[in-house]
Amino acid sequence: MSWIWSILAGFAAGALGAMGMGGGGILVIYLTLALSVPQLEAQGINLIFFLPCAVISMLINGKRKLIDWKSAWKLVAGGLPATLLGFWIAGKMETRWLSIFFAVFLLAVGVKELFAKEKKEEGNEGKKDGEAQ
Amino acid sequence: MSDKKETGKAILGGSLVGVLNGMLGAGGGMIAVPLLKKLGLRQTNAHATAVSVIFPLTLLTTVLYLVTDKVELGATGLYLLPGAAGALLGGLLLAKIPGKWLRKIFACFMIWAGIRMMMKK
Repeated sequence: MSWIWSILAGFAAGALGAMGMGGGGILVIYLTLALSVPQLEAQGINLIFFLPCAVISMLINGKRKLIDWKSAWKLVAGGLPATLLGFWIAGKMETRWLSIFFAVFLLAVGVKELFAKEKKEEGNEGKKDGEAQ
Repeated sequence: MSDKKETGKAILGGSLVGVLNGMLGAGGGMIAVPLLKKLGLRQTNAHATAVSVIFPLTLLTTVLYLVTDKVELGATGLYLLPGAAGALLGGLLLAKIPGKWLRKIFACFMIWAGIRMMMKK
């Protein structure tokens, strides 16, 4: 029955990923914890997986004019060379340490998100956004 | 904030997103969304924009993983179709739901998974 879980994990990861909510975490967590896939391979699977999900999300939300391309390109400009650095670091690290680093990152983000206070105005603006379509 | 300063901040923050993407193959969005909000984007726009930031970075990292044989293209097969269905739903829902409760549930899940991962082996 494990294929049902795989489908559910893929579905959840795709949905959260397309919302820019860290769906990548779900698939890596599922692969490493439930299926015991090695950390680096799980990360690789997640990377490939994210590409079509991102294209779908960008098509939908680009059409809705929700994407701020100007800001996006600034982040990408800084991000591309740094990606090489991150990849190089991952290659130097032992798999065990890499998964511990991943776990620490999950914990930090989880705690931050859990205790983050939402500003009311943002919620309202979001609504306006939705109505404007 | 001056335009120059803001651009510098965006590029610096973007490089952190890149390091995470290359190193962990995930997690860039968790940095990109708050960063984009700091740059003045609304919540919904920040989420939508984060995806388009991570896409080119992921493309680069994927190529690196593939050419160094860290992963095979076929390994993802099983997850692609449900993932695409999920992405369609997620993409359509993005502007519709507040997402607050979803983020809180996901936060609990991340904490649980982080502890499990540390205890593994």
